[in-house]
Amino acid sequence: MRIVVAGYGPAAHRLVETLARRGFTGTITVIGEEPRPAYDRVALTSYLKGTGAGELTLPDPGASARVLLGDRVVRVDRGRRTVTTRDGHEEPYDVLVLATGSAPFVPPVPGAGRAFVYRTIEDLDAIRAASAGATTGVVVGGGLLGLEAADALRGLGLATHVVEMGPWLMPRQVDEGGGAVLRGHVERLGLTVHTGTGLDRIEDGRVVLADGTSIDAGVVVFSAGVRPRDELARRAGLPVGERGGVVVDEGMRTADPAIYAVGECALAGGMVYGLVGPCNAMAEVAADRVLGGSASFTGADLSTKLKLLGVDVASFGRLSGALDVTYMDPVGGVYKKLFVSDDARTLLGGICVGDATPYTLLRPLVGRELTASPSDLLFAGAGGPRVDLPDDAPVCSCNNVTRGEIRAAIAERGATDVPALKKCTRAGTSCGSCLPALASILAAEGVAQDKALCEHFAHSRSELFDIVRVRGITTFSRLIAEHGRGRGCDICKPVVASILASLDGGHVLEGERAALQDTNDHFLANIQKNGTYSVVPRIPGGEITPEKLIVIGEVARDFGLYTKITGGQRIDLFGARVEELPLIWKRLVDAGFESGHAYGKALRTVKSCVGSAWCRYGVRDSVGMAIALELRYRGLRSPHKLKAAVSGCARECAEARGKDFGVIATETGWNLYVGGNGGFTPRHAELLATDLSDEELIRSIDRFLMFYIRTADRLQRTSAWIERIGLDHLRDVIVGDSLGICADLDAAMERHVGGYFDEWRATVEDPEKLRRFVSFVNAPGTPDPSIVFETRRDQITPVLVEVTRS
Amino acid sequence: MTPTGRATAPGDDLRTWVPICAYADLIPERGAAALVAGDQIAVFRTFDGRFFAVGNRDPYSGAYVMSRGIVGTRDEEPVVATPMHKQVFSLVTGVCLDDPETALPTYPTRVTDGTLEVSVE
Ligand SMILES: Cc1cc2nc3c(=O)[nH]c(=O)nc-3n(C[C@H](O)[C@H](O)[C@H](O)COP(=O)(O)OP(=O)(O)OC[C@H]3O[C@@H](n4cnc5c(N)ncnc54)[C@H](O)[C@@H]3O)c2cc1C
Repeated sequence: MRIVVAGYGPAAHRLVETLARRGFTGTITVIGEEPRPAYDRVALTSYLKGTGAGELTLPDPGASARVLLGDRVVRVDRGRRTVTTRDGHEEPYDVLVLATGSAPFVPPVPGAGRAFVYRTIEDLDAIRAASAGATTGVVVGGGLLGLEAADALRGLGLATHVVEMGPWLMPRQVDEGGGAVLRGHVERLGLTVHTGTGLDRIEDGRVVLADGTSIDAGVVVFSAGVRPRDELARRAGLPVGERGGVVVDEGMRTADPAIYAVGECALAGGMVYGLVGPCNAMAEVAADRVLGGSASFTGADLSTKLKLLGVDVASFGRLSGALDVTYMDPVGGVYKKLFVSDDARTLLGGICVGDATPYTLLRPLVGRELTASPSDLLFAGAGGPRVDLPDDAPVCSCNNVTRGEIRAAIAERGATDVPALKKCTRAGTSCGSCLPALASILAAEGVAQDKALCEHFAHSRSELFDIVRVRGITTFSRLIAEHGRGRGCDICKPVVASILASLDGGHVLEGERAALQDTNDHFLANIQKNGTYSVVPRIPGGEITPEKLIVIGEVARDFGLYTKITGGQRIDLFGARVEELPLIWKRLVDAGFESGHAYGKALRTVKSCVGSAWCRYGVRDSVGMAIALELRYRGLRSPHKLKAAVSGCARECAEARGKDFGVIATETGWNLYVGGNGGFTPRHAELLATDLSDEELIRSIDRFLMFYIRTADRLQRTSAWIERIGLDHLRDVIVGDSLGICADLDAAMERHVGGYFDEWRATVEDPEKLRRFVSFVNAPGTPDPSIVFETRRDQITPVLVEVTRS
Repeated sequence: MTPTGRATAPGDDLRTWVPICAYADLIPERGAAALVAGDQIAVFRTFDGRFFAVGNRDPYSGAYVMSRGIVGTRDEEPVVATPMHKQVFSLVTGVCLDDPETALPTYPTRVTDGTLEVSVE
C-alpha cells in the first residue's frame, strides 16, 4: 500500500510514527511545505529564547518514509489517485492523508500586508529581524496565542500592546473575573491592554483602532485566530464546513474513502480542534483505520493549561454550571473557579488564573462525583485533600495516557520516578502540565515515601512552599492554623522561616519570625559545643584587602577569639558569647563587612582560584565572576546550605565540581556544573550547560537556585535533589522552560537581589533586635560563668564540660 | 492538691519568688536565660501566654543553652528542643520525650504586676 501524507506538522508526524510502531509495511511519502521536518509547534516560542530549530524537531518517526520538504501539494486528482506538487512532482497514492494544519487568520484591514503572523520558525525569524530596528509592538488578538506572541515581543525588547476585540483577555478560555486577574498580571509586566475594540488600519509605524486610538507600532503581529487549510479538499470537491475544515467521520475519513484528514485541517463531529492533543488522537485513529482497525475519534478534551507571561492560565471541562465556587485574590493575582452540578455533587469544569494546581488535579475528575467540598478542592494539591483518580481518568491529554496506564507502568514495568513514567507511557512528554500529577500518582501508589514534614504538617517542604506562595501567607501562625496542627517544632519552624525568607525577604528576626529560627539564625552566628558562637564575615570570592584583614585580626585579638581559615576562603572567629556578638559586629560592620550567613541555610561562599588576572594558565577572570555571583546570591535562604566555586581554567584549582554550583572557564565562555557535594556522600557536579556568556551563566544559575528553593525537600542538598528530579528534567525546566516557569523564577531572583540588605547591619542598628543578645535577662552584664577556656597553640579552646545527665 | 514543685500550686505564698523580667520582655515561643542564686534557669513564654521555667543546662551536651531552643508542641504538650542535638523536653515536666530517663529540673512561675517571677527553692 502506498500512503501519501500532505503536510508535515505534528499530526502527520504522529501518523507516521504510529504506522511505524504498528509495523506498517507499505510505502509512505510525506510532502511538507516548510523547509524542515515536523517540529514541536507548541514550543515554538522557545525558539526566540534560544532553543535551536534542531532541538524543536520531533524525533525521527522510525519509518522508512520518504520525506519531501520545501514543496507543496497543489492538486489532488481523485480519479487517478495522484497528487501534484508545486514543483511539478506527481505522486500516486492508495491512501491520501491530509494533514495540512491551519493558517493564521489575517483580517482584511488596510495595511494588513505590513503585519506578521506567528506560526512557523520562518515567521519568528522575520519578527525577530523586524524587531531589531523597532521599539514598539502591537499584537492583534488577546487569546492564548496572542498573549504568547505579546510575551515574545516583550522578550525582544519592544514596548508591547495587545488589542482584543472581546470584552476581556482570553474570552474563549476564561470568564470575566479570570480575565480581570489576567489583565492585572499582564499589565504589571508592562504590557498595555486594549479590550472591546478592533483594528481599523495599519499605517507605517502605527496602528489605528476602531475606537480611534492610535498606537505606535514598529512591529504588528496578527494572532486573531486560525483557519483550517482545506483548500486542497475544496478544489478536489470534498465537503468542507461552513467555516472551514475538511469534513470527516469518526474514522477520520473524508467523503472519499481513499482520503483521510487529520489535525487542525479536519472538521470532526462539527468541530475543528486547535490543540495538539486532539490532533495527535486523530492521527492515531487514522493510522488504525488504514491498518484495518476500527478506532474512532469522538471528540476531545479542550482543557488548556498554559504559562502565559509567567502566569498560569488554565481551563477545563464546561465553563458554566448551575453552581460555582470562586476564590479570588486580586493582590496575589489568583483567581479560581469551579463549576459543579446543581446538586453540588458532580464537577463540571473550572478556570484558574495565577495558580493552576486545581487544573492538574481536578481535570481528570470532570463529570465525576466530587470527593470533597468544592472549596476544599480549590486548594487541592496545595494542602487540600488528596484527590484520587479512577483508572480511566485521563492524566496526560496530549498523549492520551490514563491513570490506569500509569498505574500499570508503576506496578508492572517498575517505573519508580517521573522520568521513568515519561519513558514508559509518554505521559508528560509534550506540554508537561501533567508532571505534578505523575508525581502525585507515584506517591499514591506508594512509590514515594510519606512526605509529611513532621507531626504538625502533612505536607512536604515543596508543598508548603506552594501553599505559602499561592495563598500569600506571611506568618507561621496563619499557616499552621489553616494548614497544620499544634504549634510547630524544631523541624517545621525553621523550614517555614526559610520559605518565608525566600518568598518575602524581610529580616529573619522580624516579629514572629524570630521565634521560628534555629539558634544559629536567632543569634546570626554559629553555636559551638560550649554554647559560644563563631562569627564569619563575608569575604566575597576570598578576595580581601590588607586593611580588612587587619580589622579582622584586631577584632579577634580584642575579643580574645580563636581564629581559623575556613574551607570556603574566609575567616572564622570562635568563642564569642551572645552578649559580645553585637559588639563584634558593630566593629565589623563599621569596617565594611557584612554577614557571611555561615549560620544560615543559605549561600555560603563562592570560592575562586586567582584566575586570568595573575595566573599564566587562567583564561577568564574567575575572581571577578566569583565576587559577582557571591554578591548576587548573598542572603539567599534555601532548603540547605549552598556552596559554589569558580575556576579560571580547566585545571580547576577552585574545586568547583565539588560544589552545589561550580563554574569553570573555557576559551569561549563558562561551563556550569551543578549538584556537587563534599561532605558525607561526596558527588561530582554534573555539566548542565557549556560555553555560556556572563549573562547566560547568571540566568542559568538564577533559575537553578530558584527551582531548587521551590522544590527541594527539607535539608536536601542540590546533589540529592538532582538525583531525585534528574539532570535532564532540570535542564528542560531551566533551559527549555518546559514547565513555563522561567519567567517566574527570574522574577523571584530579581526580587531577592533587589531586596537584599545586610542583616547584621540591620540588627546592630535596631535596639529591638539587640535585646536578645544578653547573657541573662535578669543580669545582662554578667557573663555566663559556665564558659571557660584554656590556651592551646597560643589561642583559646573550650574547656570540655563534663556531661552528666540528671 | 499538694505542692509538686513543678507548677504554680497552692502553697505558693510560702515560697520565695524571684523577679526575672517584665512579662513583655519575653518573645512568645522564645526563651531567655536567667541567673537565680547561682543557678541558670531557662524561662519560656508559650503561644497561649503561659510561662515555664526549666534548667538551662542541656544534659546531653553539658552546655547551658536550653533557653535558646525552639519552642513548640508535641501532641499538645508544650516542649523545647535543645539547640545542640535537638532532643525534645516537656516544658511541663522537664522530661525528655525521646528519652524519659533524662529530665530537666522545673521551677514554678507566676506573673505579679506584669513581672515574671520564678521560685527556685
Ligand atoms: C505559537 C503556538 C503555540 C501553540 N501552543 C499550543 C499549546 O500550548 N497547546 C496546544 O495544544 N496547542 C498549541 N498550539 C497549536 C498546535 O501547534 C497545533 O494544534 C498543531 O501544530 C496542529 O498540528 P497539525 O499537524 O494539524 O498542523 P500544523 O502544525 O499546522 O502542520 C501542518 C503542516 O502542513 C504544511 N502544509 C499545509 N498545506 C500543505 C500542502 N498543501 N502541502 C504540503 N504541506 C502543507 C504546513 O506548512 C505545516 O507545516 C500552538 C500553536 C502555535 C502556533
